[in-house]
Amino acid sequence: MTSARGAASGIKRAIAGVGTTWRSMPAQTRRWVAPGVALLLVLLFPLYRSGLTGIPGAGRYFPDVESMIVMLIFTMMAVSLNVVVGYAGLLDLGYVAFYAIGAYTVAVFASTQFGGTNEHPRTIRFGAIAPESLPGIHISIWLLLLLAAVVTAVLGVMIGLPTLRLRGDYLAIVTLGFGEILPQVARNGDDLFGTGFNLTGGSSGITPVDPPGFGESLNSVLPFLPENFRTAENSARLFYWSALALLVLTIFCCLRLRDSRLGRAWVAIREDETAAAAAMGIPLMRTKTWAYAVGAFFGGLAGGFFASFKSSAFDTDFFFQISIFILCMVILGGMGNIWGVIVGALFLSYLDRYGLNTLGSDINGRFGTTLDIPKYTFLIFGVILLVTMLFRPEGLFPEARRKAEIEEGVHDEPLYEESLYDTQHE
Amino acid sequence: MGLLLVGAVVAWLVVNLIESPAQFMTVFVLGITFGSLYGLIALGYTLVYGILELINFAHGDLFMIGGLLSGTFIISIFDLQGGKVWYVLWPLLLLTLVIAATLCASINVGIEAIAYRRLRNAPRLAPLITAVAMSFILQGIGLIFWGPRPTSTNNLVSESKVFDLNGFSVTWNKLVVILVTAPVLIGLIWLVQKTRQGKAMRAVAQDMQAASMMGINVNRTISFTFAVGGALAGVAGILWMIYPGQMRFDTGFQTGLIAFTAAVLGGIGNLKGAVAGAMVIGLIQAFNEGLSIGSPGSNWTQSIVFSILILILVFRPEGLLGERTPEGQ
Repeated sequence: MTSARGAASGIKRAIAGVGTTWRSMPAQTRRWVAPGVALLLVLLFPLYRSGLTGIPGAGRYFPDVESMIVMLIFTMMAVSLNVVVGYAGLLDLGYVAFYAIGAYTVAVFASTQFGGTNEHPRTIRFGAIAPESLPGIHISIWLLLLLAAVVTAVLGVMIGLPTLRLRGDYLAIVTLGFGEILPQVARNGDDLFGTGFNLTGGSSGITPVDPPGFGESLNSVLPFLPENFRTAENSARLFYWSALALLVLTIFCCLRLRDSRLGRAWVAIREDETAAAAAMGIPLMRTKTWAYAVGAFFGGLAGGFFASFKSSAFDTDFFFQISIFILCMVILGGMGNIWGVIVGALFLSYLDRYGLNTLGSDINGRFGTTLDIPKYTFLIFGVILLVTMLFRPEGLFPEARRKAEIEEGVHDEPLYEESLYDTQHE
Repeated sequence: MGLLLVGAVVAWLVVNLIESPAQFMTVFVLGITFGSLYGLIALGYTLVYGILELINFAHGDLFMIGGLLSGTFIISIFDLQGGKVWYVLWPLLLLTLVIAATLCASINVGIEAIAYRRLRNAPRLAPLITAVAMSFILQGIGLIFWGPRPTSTNNLVSESKVFDLNGFSVTWNKLVVILVTAPVLIGLIWLVQKTRQGKAMRAVAQDMQAASMMGINVNRTISFTFAVGGALAGVAGILWMIYPGQMRFDTGFQTGLIAFTAAVLGGIGNLKGAVAGAMVIGLIQAFNEGLSIGSPGSNWTQSIVFSILILILVFRPEGLLGERTPEGQ
């Protein structure tokens, strides 16, 4: 009795202590506590995962590290799409193009794609960790990630320049058009325009793609830098931590951009294009193009890393469904709010990669049904998107400003004035 | 630049016409057949856009549902495959057409009531995203009920030739598509231009508030428009099961995008423009896939169609025949 009371008061005192520390912290520091704790939990995930799976019932619902890697990559894409859709208010239905271009850029320069023929092998190497005997172009993945991001950003600008003049739904259609043209180019790219030039490997794709790594010489000097991610003992963890590092980089850049002059210009354009241009003197085209370039840059980075992780680039990487899937994450989480988008992205990609399958086999096992869960993903994501739009169009964790815009409808001309007819004729 | 491109295309067509006229004409008829199908779907986009300024992404998938529904009726319920006699085949096909059109019209009205009506005053992106969601839901339904493999009919309407002139031939199943489409289109134009309901549709499209002040029931008119669009999608669905005769859960999305391109090409919101645009797109597709001299081939059809879409949107958003655009005003 007394010991229980003692423990209770001890806990109370501990909580009070935490509270005092919390209050004494400057607001600047306080803001970073929650993200910091979350980051720490995510960072250490591979180390304590095996402990979690032991929990009866719920244990099987914790994703494995491989699924977590894919989830992190998708989160990265959602955060960068958020720059285009959430900050600047430009609906992009062909976002997958950026990610696939990144993937192909890495794949072309880190595989045997341009290895020449057996009689005349061709080898170009630069800091790569692939074996010397392997023909083809092999460049260090770290450099290629940067190259992929830059190439994709340049392509984003090229797509953006002629099309960003269009407003709202027309822009969405044009991006969708690009999203449909590019996969066909990739699919027919094994024989471009009948010249026999094989750029993309056609429908058989490009595989295998080199893994990231630091190489033998660096490894011998600094043994904590692994030589080759794929052959390393803890391969999955290395990929996981590098994906996390890239994600943190993306989040950091997007947060800083949001508060920059450019970020404020994006929001101004989103809220009222005419006022932004006329009253604030914001250059419309340049500002919008920057949004595209930034979104493309990080999309390409994510795609490039994904190609290296799964060791391939296929034309099916361009599926329109992936664009919609990423858009779903942004909308569900709350357009414009990075933290919301991260939650939305982790949740949806978790469902896609791991949760739905586990849930499905659980249901099948318990009720003896034979549900084929992948069959239902279309329907499930459609319903999630629909329900979100109907009942909470601002998303689960809306940015205050965006919420106000949606409620008051300042972003775009509302289609109609508050209508007279709704009540009169019903 | 534009003129140069058109000139090159015309020259290419003329060369093909002179070299192999029979093939050219056969391909031409094929193009008109696909143009008819695209036209029926494109009208659904253009009707809804004209009135709500909403790109109804789910429309192509509604067409898919219509096709798969009529496929079920044709294959399982009425068992019409394998060359039935004409007095069994045609009445039952007509019945299937009526059923498919009615069901699709009801579904489309339901979609509007559930998904779009609430968002009529929301920013423009909200109903657009909802339309994408509806498209996914319809695709999911198609996948769940009809599975991932295509549903196809064989030997439904005779594939024998109506006539054959030195290799230029037209088969019955293609002719049927054109013969059904023509009266439907004429009926639609009559409906919109001559009837009271059509007048109400045009009034609502022009100014919703003013129309309601004139005593037009706006909600009912919008529902009616969705019903008409849905019925056209249903007709297109059953015709698609006659020719080309194969449908899968994702056929509608692709076809819908092509039909939407046709609507934009003709000037979205413009009924005759949608049909004209659909014929142009159908012909472009057929020429690209069917002509033997210097055509890029079916691998590139999509790229060509969507390049046209992008070029039109960037350089002439009001379309070929032009009417209302959000850009122009």
